[in-house]
Amino acid sequence: MNTVISLTPRDLLVASSLIVLDAILSLVLQLNLHRQIVIASLRMVLQLLLIGYVLKLIFALNNPAVTLLLILIMVLIAARETAARPERRFKGWTTLGIGAASVASATLITALFALTTALRPHPWYAPRYAVPLAGILLGNILNATSLSLDSLLGSIARERPAVEARLTLGATYWEAATPFVRGAIRRGLVPIINQMSASGVVTLPGIMTGQILAGLDPMEAVKYQILLMFLLSGGSGLAAAGAAYLAAWGLTDDRQRLRLDRLAQARAG
Amino acid sequence: MVTALRTQGLKSALAGPFDVSVEHGCCIGITGPSGAGKSLFLRMIADLDPNEGEVWLDGKPRSGFAAPAWRRQVVYVPAESGWWADAIAAHFRKDQLGQAQALAERLGLPAGILGEQVSRLSTGERQRLSLIRALTAASPVLLLDEPTSALDQAGVERIEAILRERMAAGVAVVLVTHDPVQAMRLADQRFTMAAGRLEAAA
Repeated sequence: MNTVISLTPRDLLVASSLIVLDAILSLVLQLNLHRQIVIASLRMVLQLLLIGYVLKLIFALNNPAVTLLLILIMVLIAARETAARPERRFKGWTTLGIGAASVASATLITALFALTTALRPHPWYAPRYAVPLAGILLGNILNATSLSLDSLLGSIARERPAVEARLTLGATYWEAATPFVRGAIRRGLVPIINQMSASGVVTLPGIMTGQILAGLDPMEAVKYQILLMFLLSGGSGLAAAGAAYLAAWGLTDDRQRLRLDRLAQARAG
Repeated sequence: MVTALRTQGLKSALAGPFDVSVEHGCCIGITGPSGAGKSLFLRMIADLDPNEGEVWLDGKPRSGFAAPAWRRQVVYVPAESGWWADAIAAHFRKDQLGQAQALAERLGLPAGILGEQVSRLSTGERQRLSLIRALTAASPVLLLDEPTSALDQAGVERIEAILRERMAAGVAVVLVTHDPVQAMRLADQRFTMAAGRLEAAA
């Protein structure tokens, strides 16, 4: 069944003519994008080649410590991205800490769950499974975490009079904040729900397409995709909930106040 | 009788220290320019902003109360009212709706206003309803921040009449107002706030 059509450098060179076409389009129509197109495509090629070599190396090493280290580095990069997205952020390192805690715990829990139940490679930490799994999980978990964080911090900061109105009448902080926590988790889960309902109808998921192109039987590819979707929604839910609760917790203190003074000034614009 | 509300060394990085006492059934009035710290003072008493010092309610220290329990007794009504649901009625406990409706009528609000949506209220209506919301809590202390700023003369008089009733029943009031004449009408003791400090008014 493995009828992989191996690509030669010449094949890729031919395909790259499409990038040249984009660049020419930019020059002719004065889109002023040609520099960015060239730089972005060069970055893409270099980054992918690099990760290809790293993966090859790590698969060959087959050392659990090295695999874990690579996954942790990926988690940290994802955490940095989640912390950079929200419009309102905590002063100092708190946003990064919340992003890292949510992303890391959701990724590790979901990946370990998959590796010990559905996938069960030998050994279970085999990098050929663990690394790509962590990668795809991280992409979605990053998305869910940053949407959830952005929603929670933005909505509570905007609705300060409403939150404090409840506090002044004797509500606990969590009674006043829970509607915003709920809204944030919902927001974090929307993309994966969209992705699930659209898959196969509106879009062919990229992973599945790649597997089919690489010669895998479509039904095998579909089963993998279904498994992935379940894992992604589980991971997104954990991450969105974790980020929302941690951020809400970071906005209060032992006297159940709303501590918006812990947020940095809103960025201009 | 024990002093209803007493603050000692109450301060934050921005205002204070404040040492004031309010007896049951009495009102202290605070006037002063914007940004002098009047609202900060009320927020500190209600424990909404970080602060140092102590506050006593009927001789019991605030540190002995859980924060929500304290705020149920010492109710702060901010100048800008906050609403957490679309329907006005959702901001009242079901068993308080009758009392709220009666107060709304006394304050000259249209009958059936509690069935409306918050988004349809005028500023003056919001102000009166947020005061009603606080009054239905029946707390022994009220911290009022510009409670009549958006109202006409008739509206002001109606609110002051209700506040006098509450004071006659023993409620202690700390009133922040931009109107020195209102402070003279209601307050037993008057202060001016300047640069985060309270001074007894002449």
